Amino acid sequence: MLERALVGTQRYYRFLMVLLVLMGMGFAAYLFQYNKGLTITGMGRDVSWGFYIAQFTFLVGVAASAVMVVLPYYLHDVKVFGKITILGEFLAVASVTMCLLFIIVDLGKPMRLLNVLLYPTPNSVLFWDMVVLNGYLFLNILIGWNVLEAERKGVHYAHWIKILIYVSIPWAVSIHTVTAFLYAGLPGRHYWLTAIMAARFLASAFASGPALLILLSLILRRYTKFDAGKEAIDKLSQIVTYAMIISVFFVGLEFFTAFYSQIPSHMESLIYLFVGLEGHSRLVPFMWMFLILAVVALVLLINPNTRKNEKTLKIACGAVFLSMWLEKGLGLVIAGFIPNAFNQVREYSPTVPELMIALGVWATGFFVLTILYKIATSVKEETA
Amino acid sequence: MESNRRSFLKIGGICALGLGALPVVEALAATDLPKVMSEPRALVGKKWGMVVDMKKCWEKGKPGCKDCMLACHRTHNVPDIGTVKEEIKWIWTEPFECTFPTLDNEFSVENAKERPYIVLCNHCTNPPCVRVCPTQATWKRPEDGIVMMDFHRCIGCRYCMAACPYGARSFNFREPRPFIQTELNMTFPTRDRGVVEKCNFCYERLAAGLIPACVEACKCQALCFGDLEDPNSDVRKLLASRFTMRRKPELGTQPNVYYIV
Amino acid sequence: MRIYNANRIIPGLIIFLGLITIPLWYNTGKAVPPPDPKIDTPAIQQMAQKQCIMPKSEMRTGHMQLLNDWRTWVVRDGKRLYVAADSKEYVMSLQNECIKCHSNKSQFCDQCHAYAGLDVGTEPYCWTCHIAPKENK
Repeated sequence: MLERALVGTQRYYRFLMVLLVLMGMGFAAYLFQYNKGLTITGMGRDVSWGFYIAQFTFLVGVAASAVMVVLPYYLHDVKVFGKITILGEFLAVASVTMCLLFIIVDLGKPMRLLNVLLYPTPNSVLFWDMVVLNGYLFLNILIGWNVLEAERKGVHYAHWIKILIYVSIPWAVSIHTVTAFLYAGLPGRHYWLTAIMAARFLASAFASGPALLILLSLILRRYTKFDAGKEAIDKLSQIVTYAMIISVFFVGLEFFTAFYSQIPSHMESLIYLFVGLEGHSRLVPFMWMFLILAVVALVLLINPNTRKNEKTLKIACGAVFLSMWLEKGLGLVIAGFIPNAFNQVREYSPTVPELMIALGVWATGFFVLTILYKIATSVKEETA
Repeated sequence: MESNRRSFLKIGGICALGLGALPVVEALAATDLPKVMSEPRALVGKKWGMVVDMKKCWEKGKPGCKDCMLACHRTHNVPDIGTVKEEIKWIWTEPFECTFPTLDNEFSVENAKERPYIVLCNHCTNPPCVRVCPTQATWKRPEDGIVMMDFHRCIGCRYCMAACPYGARSFNFREPRPFIQTELNMTFPTRDRGVVEKCNFCYERLAAGLIPACVEACKCQALCFGDLEDPNSDVRKLLASRFTMRRKPELGTQPNVYYIV
Repeated sequence: MRIYNANRIIPGLIIFLGLITIPLWYNTGKAVPPPDPKIDTPAIQQMAQKQCIMPKSEMRTGHMQLLNDWRTWVVRDGKRLYVAADSKEYVMSLQNECIKCHSNKSQFCDQCHAYAGLDVGTEPYCWTCHIAPKENK
């Protein structure tokens, strides 16, 4: 089926070319980093995880969101999702690919990557993260490919695929939970030391992932003959709505615990993010943008008229994705380190090479996504 | 030739068995393994710990004294990167509210807050950094409790740096050798970029029968090093006779560096 | 049988063959002298019995594995003394023990390493961290 990615419209080729250029630039920047070390990034002794890990954290959520179409369809026979499970699964493949790439570019010694396999360490959450992420990647590639192939041949997929599909549902929850555990088990980082970390991850995943899926479906409908169907988009938008409400509610919960208890270690990171701490306020504009976008998204989503109207739905989904990206992709990881273990405020900003590498990884993910979606839509157009 | 799946599997199984037998035979026929042992002059302790007598440091030491830090960094070829962002430090000083952030007294002894406090890796009994390392590049030595670093295995993921509640760990963001300002100690390696490092309780000196470099260098004997499990050691005697504090005890890490303030 | 797209395949095949045989033709005409590791350091000359930890042939093929094993024993197991087959004891340290006798890295270690195509400044990358001896040239 791979050959279907090789033929397409001029616009398709041009888009792939643009992505390849971005990937090339990112790769060149990465060679610079490989040569000089992570000093070329904005990370330091105090904020030792930065943009790369923040992107990885956000994208794990997007990857897990495939379960939001797979679960209703396979477990509860919500037939309307039948056409788009493949889109969810392929989005998961592209997202997990980006996650793994972000981890690799963040490593100080990437050539020693296999040490995690050679010296398995079950007490380390990072070990389990490696296991579940790669497992999920493998699962979605197998499931997506086989289901699509069976559809192309006009037969039912093999029985063992069903088992993998059932496994992928709790597995999707696990990739999130394990990634949240990376943060939620560290005794020195009070911003992360919250029991609802995994729950927050899941809620924001189930908001941002399906929001992206809606946008992607609308893009596919515009440029290919693939139409997800109004009912599927409707149902997805309902899921996004509830997940967004819960996400924002969870952020509110954090605020309550911090500010009603008045414990400094709980409050300080939030103060840094939303008001600024000791004169340092680099992230404040981004966090207020997150709040504003979240409110806009909620207003547009909760009102059924604007949710059902495609134009406002597009704005709402973009707002959801962007606001969740700001909160998880920027706020969460960086603020965990501020203030640092000595209660000092040392800020972080990504550098240009760092952003270029990140852009290269995002471009790689979209490249994979475009290829896979091209194959999926071509097969669906043929068998329609 | 008639070949079916069954006979293929039979032949495949026999081949696999044959190939698998070779390493077994080799292992059984192996000659004796070489003997390795600890050096006889090594200092032995079941749980190394330190008591930092800040009172002695302030009362007897010169203001601005950096003897312990210089000795450590010189012994271990620690580079001086020169920026707050990327500095590498194994032992250094911090003010009171940074050393003991949860003990913020509004009113306290005069000058207590301005004075410097010596901080280093606490070699915790329950270290979160060891718990999170995905490759066991950092581990707690069972024989003496030192939280070790294996620079050969470290992949530079910096999870341990996120986990350490004391900010004891530094990462080599760049090649460190050009930044080593002191004369190289030829008996100890430097590190490479991309690995995390921290105080190692001078395990290589302990193996040679020497006390840690910082302890030896302190002219006021403010640093007391010894075996916390030996009731007759100097550290235990000090702990029994003076009131001490540890950093962030509420986190359950059980640090083994005690402070007399 | 017709060959399709010959105008793309044939040049592609030629380029591929050229690339894959690079090791065979890249160094034609360049003769590198065989390695000549010298063991005439002052320390070795003073030894009554000139022997290393293992016999020369074993050291030549096995010093890599030996150093790896030493690394594991010293760093991870905390054992520093190695008892060789002839019962002599050595401290397991490249920087401090091996270099005691073989203090001429550029005329000993680097000889074979350079011949094998390793960049002696950085490879084997032991020397990135383990400090090479200061040699008086």
